Amino acid sequence: MSDPLKFRDPEMARSLAATLARLVDDIGRPVAVMHVCGSHEQAIAKFGLRSLFPKNLNVIMGPGCPVCVTDVPEVDEGVVLAEQGVHIATYGDMLKVPGTVKSLADAQACGAKIHVVYSPSQAVELARRMPEEEVVFFATGFETTAVATAAVIVDNPPKNFSVLSAHKYIPPVMEIVAEMPGSRVEGFLAAGHAATITGWEVFEPFVLRHNLPVVVAGFEPLDILAGLVELVALIKDGTPRVVNTFPRCVTREGNMAAQVELWRVFRATGGRWRGIAHVPNGNLRLRDEWAHVDARKRFTIDVTGLWNYAPPHLAHECICGDIMAGIKNPYDCTLFNKSCVPETPVGACMVSNEGTCKIWHLYGGVPDLSEIEVPA
Amino acid sequence: MSAVTGRVSLKQGGGGRAMRALIERLFIADFASMPFDGVGLAAMDDGAAIPIGNEFLIVTTDSHVIKPIFFPGGDIGRISICGTVNDLAMMGATRPLGLTCGVILEEGFDLALLERIQQSLVATCREAGVVVITGDTKVMGRGEVDGIVINTTGVGMTKRPMRDNALEPGDRIVVTGTIGDHGLAVMAARHGLELEGDLKSDVAPINSLIEAALHACGDSIHAMKDPTRGGLASALHEMAAKSVVGIVLNEQKVPLTDAVRAAGEILGIDPLHVANEGKAVIGVAANAADALVATLRTHPLGRDAAVIGTCVTERPGSIILDTGFGRRLLAEPDGEPLPRIC
Repeated sequence: MSDPLKFRDPEMARSLAATLARLVDDIGRPVAVMHVCGSHEQAIAKFGLRSLFPKNLNVIMGPGCPVCVTDVPEVDEGVVLAEQGVHIATYGDMLKVPGTVKSLADAQACGAKIHVVYSPSQAVELARRMPEEEVVFFATGFETTAVATAAVIVDNPPKNFSVLSAHKYIPPVMEIVAEMPGSRVEGFLAAGHAATITGWEVFEPFVLRHNLPVVVAGFEPLDILAGLVELVALIKDGTPRVVNTFPRCVTREGNMAAQVELWRVFRATGGRWRGIAHVPNGNLRLRDEWAHVDARKRFTIDVTGLWNYAPPHLAHECICGDIMAGIKNPYDCTLFNKSCVPETPVGACMVSNEGTCKIWHLYGGVPDLSEIEVPA
Repeated sequence: MSAVTGRVSLKQGGGGRAMRALIERLFIADFASMPFDGVGLAAMDDGAAIPIGNEFLIVTTDSHVIKPIFFPGGDIGRISICGTVNDLAMMGATRPLGLTCGVILEEGFDLALLERIQQSLVATCREAGVVVITGDTKVMGRGEVDGIVINTTGVGMTKRPMRDNALEPGDRIVVTGTIGDHGLAVMAARHGLELEGDLKSDVAPINSLIEAALHACGDSIHAMKDPTRGGLASALHEMAAKSVVGIVLNEQKVPLTDAVRAAGEILGIDPLHVANEGKAVIGVAANAADALVATLRTHPLGRDAAVIGTCVTERPGSIILDTGFGRRLLAEPDGEPLPRIC
């Protein structure tokens, strides 16, 4: 059992929270900022940081969970491949994400061969162990994890290994959110790990275009609080720019070797993010020279077969996108707590433990727990 | 069951809400309405209590499947004995009268492995002070069962059946040691993760530890449960819901080994959500909490015992997690914990 960790000091956290409250008070009106990273929401939830945020500061969970924004047809592709008898290797949190009629977990219950892996190299290992079988790595995640996928693709994987890429690229979606009609977001907290790859200068054109500040922040409680303090200070001063509060990992130019590898394997192309919109350049697909490891080229994936027996009508009513954009809350959704519950989720916000709908379903909104007294 | 396929899914065996819903819908409804004078299926406790004279016969049963069969700190044989001995202890029967053992084997199962499992069964029985008194063996065709399944049933007597539903506001919540060891050790072994450090299952028979606790604190102990599948989070939810109290859990007081803390962070898995196989959660009157912890700490299996929470009247059925930074509600695990990508 270890000593308290440097970036998890509750005393320092309270002092940062006090600074944050003072800054928001100085602004004198409600302020909304958005983080675009599932790991930020995870850390905020895990450490109970929301209860430390000032009441007038709305920290909106943006489209930053790569699992949540994996679109229905992408899940369908995985399901169809699995039903063709191909082994699907993927990250654990993809299993429950609903497709049109089935999730990968549903397919598994019907006998499909689904394997949970922790890294692309584990999927390659799996393929090596079963040379007679086709193994498809259903690859999800942002540029951070896409680099790991690229690394195994360039490293001569076995012939029976291929990749179904649902990788997404974060910078373009920030543009979409900033331009959404009705968006009240005044600043962005950018993901420290993605910026480790891209560098922080990738956000500079965004700041110039939208006049909104971006702060790159890490994932420990103090990282997040310090990032928010910086962001709110920039909003207060009206001096939008990029600030890197995660210098122990993130540099201006980022990891050049990783970027070279990333763009050698992938190209950015437009595509839908679940519930958000069509995001120009938001999807990462394999370049043509890697066609031999591209599952979309190797197999015929006809997802329309899935749609014959259950029209995806519920999905049309899902407002996950507006919820992720911070414009609506789950109570505005006609499906919430009726057709859409954690056991049978319609939208991705009900799948992930960090999803807004899942949290509201479990806890009835955002509960105030500070009043409960514990006897001495 | 999934509305789409109408088939049982793995998450319905994960020890969380989905599993409870399946059991309630499928099994409890019919059996709970049949006459039975004692603690029966309807209670959904760790076992049943049948009144005999002025004592109670405790009966509990458990089927054991685990992958891999041998894992750091234990194996399927050890867990088969511990699971049932510990469930008896949780009901107050700390000196089991005997166990049954049914084994289902897959055609082709390695006999040398079976021999090792048998030796582990015997060694663990010695440790727990219990004997297997009857058994059954079946062999099924290749592919019809996955390797080996072991069922054990245990019986024991107690004067006072211990329940999991009698927490009172003000009670302290005590755990008998570090949390999350078994779940994370097995998960790391299952997925071939070569994590450095000493990640090891805690699987152990804790009947003598519980006997010492009951002897020292008697009626001050209000409720007990072993936090197996679904982990501490699931056990606390069940106890809080059945007892109609809220529990404020002080996260920084929950004992974790460095290895578990690190593995949990790497895999994105909350140690509070994974199984323990040698621990108990005990609800104890506030004025006896220190004495209980002191007693537990004198036992080799209770060295890391600690007070981790307090029962309150607010938010019955919920676990309010105080992280040291702020508070949040602890979610009840739903199905097997899956490693996160981000």
